[in-house]
Amino acid sequence: MKDKIFNILLFAAALAVLLLTAGVLYALVGKSLEVFSEYGVWGFVSNSEWDPRSATEEYGALSFIMGTLYTAFFALFLCIPFSLPVALFTGEYFKGKRVASVVSSIVDLLAGIPSIVYGLWGFYALRPVVISLGVNAQGFGVFLASVVLAVMIIPYASSLSAEFISMVPNNLKEGAYSLGATRSEVIQRVSLPFARSGIVASYILALGRALGETMAVTMLIGNTNNIPDGLRGTGNTMASIIANQFGEADGLKLSALIAIGLLLFIITALINLIAKLIMKKLSAV
Amino acid sequence: MENITNINEQKPILELKNLSVSYQPGKNAVDNVSVDIYPNTITAIIGPSGCGKSTLLRAINRMHDLYPNIETSGEIFLKGKNVLETNPMDIRRMAGMVFQQPNPFPTMSIYDNVLSGYKLNGIKLNKKEKDEIVEQSLLSVALWDEVKDVMSKRGSFLSGGQQQRLCIARALALKPELILLDEPTSALDPISTNKIEELLFQLKSKFTIIIVTHNMSQAARIADNTMFMYLGELVEYGNTTQMFTKPKNKRTEDYLTGSFG
Repeated sequence: MKDKIFNILLFAAALAVLLLTAGVLYALVGKSLEVFSEYGVWGFVSNSEWDPRSATEEYGALSFIMGTLYTAFFALFLCIPFSLPVALFTGEYFKGKRVASVVSSIVDLLAGIPSIVYGLWGFYALRPVVISLGVNAQGFGVFLASVVLAVMIIPYASSLSAEFISMVPNNLKEGAYSLGATRSEVIQRVSLPFARSGIVASYILALGRALGETMAVTMLIGNTNNIPDGLRGTGNTMASIIANQFGEADGLKLSALIAIGLLLFIITALINLIAKLIMKKLSAV
Repeated sequence: MENITNINEQKPILELKNLSVSYQPGKNAVDNVSVDIYPNTITAIIGPSGCGKSTLLRAINRMHDLYPNIETSGEIFLKGKNVLETNPMDIRRMAGMVFQQPNPFPTMSIYDNVLSGYKLNGIKLNKKEKDEIVEQSLLSVALWDEVKDVMSKRGSFLSGGQQQRLCIARALALKPELILLDEPTSALDPISTNKIEELLFQLKSKFTIIIVTHNMSQAARIADNTMFMYLGELVEYGNTTQMFTKPKNKRTEDYLTGSFG
């Protein structure tokens, strides 16, 4: 009897979370219908115009989708040369040692820094550097936002990949050493291939973080409503346009912002799903 | 020691002189062992768990170098080469190792597993050389007929016994002087065990084999000479038949008759 009550309580709690997610999705879909019926889903997604002036009012999400993809992928690209060595350092070279746990706690600390603090750091410390490098006159833009984003996602990419690298069975490594391989040969030809799908999954999850990151990006990307003119250009991401404009939005504009939110939700959910599937496949082997 | 089998009266291929290995300072897991191993023989190392038999075996191809807290002292000569003063990568290519758990590389095909020693060492071979090494190595472990049509499948696709034979083939492919086996059949069923034992018996015409085993009857079946170790110490080393019928040491006798272990 007690067991039964407990089971029902567990089931109810699980169901509540599910309903909550469904509720969020329902609200997002409901509010975005207005803009979708005005332009059609494809019309909204493929239009790069964002003009809130009442005479020429027109809304499209393409600029922000492109801004999001530019910053997230460039950040991912920038984070690899830092996060992969950290993962090898903590998951292979100094696995189980004090120095590895010190390094990984410091890297994990990066994940605990609030987004707004990263924004401030980017604004006051990094922007002058970007200007002096001659990237662009103001410093703001895709480049600056991506650099800060890259730092923000390093802990996510490195700690998860380190876990997969440290899971490479010792007997495989010993087998390779017994054939006369050096450490770097063992890492390149045995450990990394073994951990490959796990590492890919870690980077996909890190990408998911980068796509949705809002505050720091909003402070640094320049907030212009256009497709970024390359890495030097300014723009807006899906998250930053919402953060910038929701306060003064109503009617069709509000519906457009919510539709962007819905798209972002779908994209990040898909990215996470892909990463989870890869990891699930991996653990089944 | 006059009662050691030495086929063709050759010079020893492997000499251990006062070899000690310790995991903690002051406590020897292998204590002052000196033996000569002769070419084309099978030597079994037996003894109860924790007696240092695997530790001794792993000292020969310097696997202990991977763990900085392990100290090795004394001298080892492999074909006259001072093992502890030679590059460990060269030593490991001369002394192939087979482990307790079959460990083919799961990310490589069967074909690539046989060649993994070359791939790992960055040695380039042409297609003809590769095919020849793969075929020869797999033939000598009696695996060729079973896998020749599934070469591109992963190594982990094979059964446990086949995997272990693949691991032996991988070691043979590098044409080593010595094959070190660390309880190679303890994870296998009796039929696979039997096949591996037959195989080792055939391989000794070309190689010198040292096998660690917890299974005394296995030592009795295949080994020319046997080393009995107890608490890190080499208690007795001699011709297998003599040791099993007329052990010289009381502790060997007690172990062989099952009084402890």
